[in-house]
Amino acid sequence: MRRGFIKGAVLVAAVALSALVLLAGCAKPVSNQYAIVFKNTGNPYGDKEMGGYQQGIEEQGFKAILRAPDQPTAEGQIAIIEQLIAQHVAAICIVGNDKDALQPVLTKAMKAGIKVFSLDSGVNPASRAVHVNQADSEKIGQTLVEAAYDMSGGSGQIAILSATSQATNQNLWIDFMKKTLQDPKYSKLELVKIAYGDDLRDKSVSEAQALLASYPKLKVIIAPTTVGIAAAGKVLTDKHLGGKVFLTGLGLPSEMATYIESGVCPYMFLWNPLDVGYLGSYVATALVKGTITGKVGEKFKAGRLGDYTITQAPDGGTEVLLGPPFKFDKSNIEEWKTVY
Amino acid sequence: MREIRTERPWSWRSFFFQWEWLLVLIFLAVNVVNSTLSPYYFTADTFLSTPQTFLDKAFLVLPMTMVIILGMIDISVASTAALSAVIMAVSFHAGLPMGLAAVLCLAVATACGLLNGILITRFKELSSVIVTLATMIIYRGIAYVILTDQASGDFPKWYASLGWGFIGSVPIILVVFVVAAVVFGLLLHKTSFGRRIYAIGSNATAARYSGVKTDLIVLLVFTITGFMAGVTSLFLTSRMGSTRPNVAQGYELDVIAMVVLGGVSTSGGKGRIAGPLLAIFIIGFLYYGLGLVNIQAQSLLIIVGLLLILSVLVLNFRFGSARKARPSVSVDNEGKEPHIRPR
Repeated sequence: MRRGFIKGAVLVAAVALSALVLLAGCAKPVSNQYAIVFKNTGNPYGDKEMGGYQQGIEEQGFKAILRAPDQPTAEGQIAIIEQLIAQHVAAICIVGNDKDALQPVLTKAMKAGIKVFSLDSGVNPASRAVHVNQADSEKIGQTLVEAAYDMSGGSGQIAILSATSQATNQNLWIDFMKKTLQDPKYSKLELVKIAYGDDLRDKSVSEAQALLASYPKLKVIIAPTTVGIAAAGKVLTDKHLGGKVFLTGLGLPSEMATYIESGVCPYMFLWNPLDVGYLGSYVATALVKGTITGKVGEKFKAGRLGDYTITQAPDGGTEVLLGPPFKFDKSNIEEWKTVY
Repeated sequence: MREIRTERPWSWRSFFFQWEWLLVLIFLAVNVVNSTLSPYYFTADTFLSTPQTFLDKAFLVLPMTMVIILGMIDISVASTAALSAVIMAVSFHAGLPMGLAAVLCLAVATACGLLNGILITRFKELSSVIVTLATMIIYRGIAYVILTDQASGDFPKWYASLGWGFIGSVPIILVVFVVAAVVFGLLLHKTSFGRRIYAIGSNATAARYSGVKTDLIVLLVFTITGFMAGVTSLFLTSRMGSTRPNVAQGYELDVIAMVVLGGVSTSGGKGRIAGPLLAIFIIGFLYYGLGLVNIQAQSLLIIVGLLLILSVLVLNFRFGSARKARPSVSVDNEGKEPHIRPR
């Protein structure tokens, strides 16, 4: 019986292989598809960012492909990029889960003639043409430390609740926060812990609870990620710690409105994720058209956002900066919470 | 003395009436559907380089088939892979040459498997689910203690080619996997070791009274499983370029799903290596093909889940009707192997 099975299987394999050889030589159609790969699914910030990308791509008459793995891992993104390479998309916009792990697959995409660039969370300079940065990373770091200084009254324990320990953008901001904290002005602020909620709601909630349990004197939580800040807001509200422990960071107005109105989070910052994605869509088409190649000084027009110039990035590559971060507080949250 | 035939005579009817044949049909159907959905699917590149993305966990399918034929289960495999990867990365950064670090990775994984085996054979009142559930948590826990929430990488260039490299136009990982599959196929179907695995899975007590050293076989199978988790870890880490304690999360369930879809009975004693092998490629190409038409991640999980339920239902239905159609007495008279029911 087993021998019979092998006989049959060999037959089937032979037929399949000969069909494969016949079809393998077929011509490949030219693509008008522009892909974006976000960190993971079920992330409202990512949905907005991909939405902005889609809007920009479709407005120029092309087709957008929006993809994200179900877990925020590089493994998942590698599998998706392999599939996009096989589809011969025109460009891949990657919001990286890991700075270096994606390099082999992104290099493979570039060799296949696909334009590759990163957006929001970057990949290393060797694996991208250019990076689309939502705001000056150094300024984000300084702004968040200044906010913590303001909320704590100038002294006390502070903690950071980040995304994954591999998230490129968060790590860069945290580095600038640490650098800013060395300024004598902030010498009385003590950074006690950097916790990683992995941009997953349940892990972020338990990490926030752990922070409060291990540091009862904690004054401020800085969460430079939309998932983390919303989770921390929920925990602080449930434990009635509003007014004792303050929260700031980067959050979506729609998710954070209740916490800003209740005072748990006096104010926070963000850029418009729709605009980040939208800017990315024009970088994609400019790269494919050849208007830009990713060199410092090159200029292009990004639809309703106006003109942009490529600048030097701190990591040695090049980048496009969207603009300064925007402050949300009690005075303006009402108007923004329905926008994004 | 009447001669007893150990193999059934080959016929077209029995050939088509096999689970593996149905899997071949499912595999072809997946390919036909994928080719219809996407013009990019049916290329040489799909069949040669896609396996790179799913073969790392396929190394676990081979020993898991043995474990499940034993009537047991090992859910600690993914944690074992994570722990061995973390120890490899840490020891490499502590100054160990990469070659030795890779050997250490395999040694740690083998030791994890051996520990599972010792616990299972020493404490018979504990089932393999409980033991490996405990070690699953412990192994990943140790990995977290060693690296906390950090990642470790920067391996030498040659190591990356393990996961990404090609021999000619065939990926290295595919070549190694074919060799491993042949070795496991021979072990399971051509050696007395393999026959003893089936004997224990069918009826452990009967096997022990027939002189099979059941504890030794179980210990060996779990140790082999640990070793293969090390192999998975080597390839996965090479492809990722770095490792973290939460790497390979959920692999154990993917692997068990592949083995079950391959027609291996979870009550033990039944199934062949060909089934899980086909199941690896069915699930792998299904994911890839549906990804090509940009179906979101969650929908993919639902489709694989449905396929699994469907296959188990069909499998039960087929075995049930086959049993009724051919009473065991006539089977014995024809010199065929008598039907052994698992306890």
